[in-house]
Amino acid sequence: MIDVVQIVVLTFVALLGVAVVACRDTLRQVMVNGMFGLSLVVLFTVFEAPDVAISMAVVSNVAYPMLLLATIYRTRGRGADERERE
Amino acid sequence: MSRRRLRLLLFVPVAAVLAGVLMWGLVGLPSFGSPPHAYAAYLLKHEVGQRHVTNIPSAIVFDYRGWDTLGEELILFTSVMGTALLLRRGREDTGERPRDKAASAAVRHAGAFLVPVVLLLGIWTVSYGYLTPGGGFQGGLICSGAALFLWIAGSYRLHRGLTPTPLVDAAEGSGAAAYIATGLAALAAGQAFLAGFLPSGTVGSLLSGGTIALLNWATGLEVAAAGVLIFHEFLEEYIQTVPNPSPRQEER
Repeated sequence: MIDVVQIVVLTFVALLGVAVVACRDTLRQVMVNGMFGLSLVVLFTVFEAPDVAISMAVVSNVAYPMLLLATIYRTRGRGADERERE
Repeated sequence: MSRRRLRLLLFVPVAAVLAGVLMWGLVGLPSFGSPPHAYAAYLLKHEVGQRHVTNIPSAIVFDYRGWDTLGEELILFTSVMGTALLLRRGREDTGERPRDKAASAAVRHAGAFLVPVVLLLGIWTVSYGYLTPGGGFQGGLICSGAALFLWIAGSYRLHRGLTPTPLVDAAEGSGAAAYIATGLAALAAGQAFLAGFLPSGTVGSLLSGGTIALLNWATGLEVAAAGVLIFHEFLEEYIQTVPNPSPRQEER
């Protein structure tokens, strides 16, 4: 029942999922997380769930990274340094 | 040291139980590629005949499971309200917005080209949501992505200027209200809450679906406005960390 494309996609999802956790630098982690999201988009498309694929594409590559980046800059970026200096 | 041992003593049995329960659940799952569940098989067979909508997930989300979607919409509505309440409270009103601008010409031009394209893609995804893959949630978020591009390609002032908060606030509220109003209209028509009381129309046309189309558009409006409002709050937090934000620093 399972074909080659499905195996390839599942492997990519597994590898990128581990890569997100293994990444220590938060900024890079956001990028890797976006790639992980894209691999899930391909997974949902391959498994014939295009509605979920579109949701995943927008959430994981537009909305979520945006919120993460703003939070990272606010808590670890210049804002945090300035507050420490004060 | 003893504390560490205590933690380990607690962790190991709990993790073992969790792993056991997960494995138990996994073993009971239907095997890969097995024929659809009775409910799914029923919908695949009868949905188009009953609701005249070609995208079956949309018919499930906005009709058969319309009540669940109302809950999801209200979750989004409440979380946006919570974000706004928490973040707006701790922020002193600086009045002036920073004059940041996209530095790279490539980003400016590509972004300016992408804003209308992304907005159109979003509106298209909403309007064809019950015919082809897509729908109010996906399309709404794509539309809010277009608002984000205004900031990436233009400036924060442009982003806030073209998405005025009173308008977006009102849009979010009306989206959620329109969903409930459609449900109540079904009650007024003598049917159950959120039941499809409008004519279903011709299969495969934009006028098909009846209440599914209405609820789809209500959700699209609500999600688009909710996305923009969340971006507003988070960007407002971020923008305070921008190196050269205030006009006072520019004068120096």
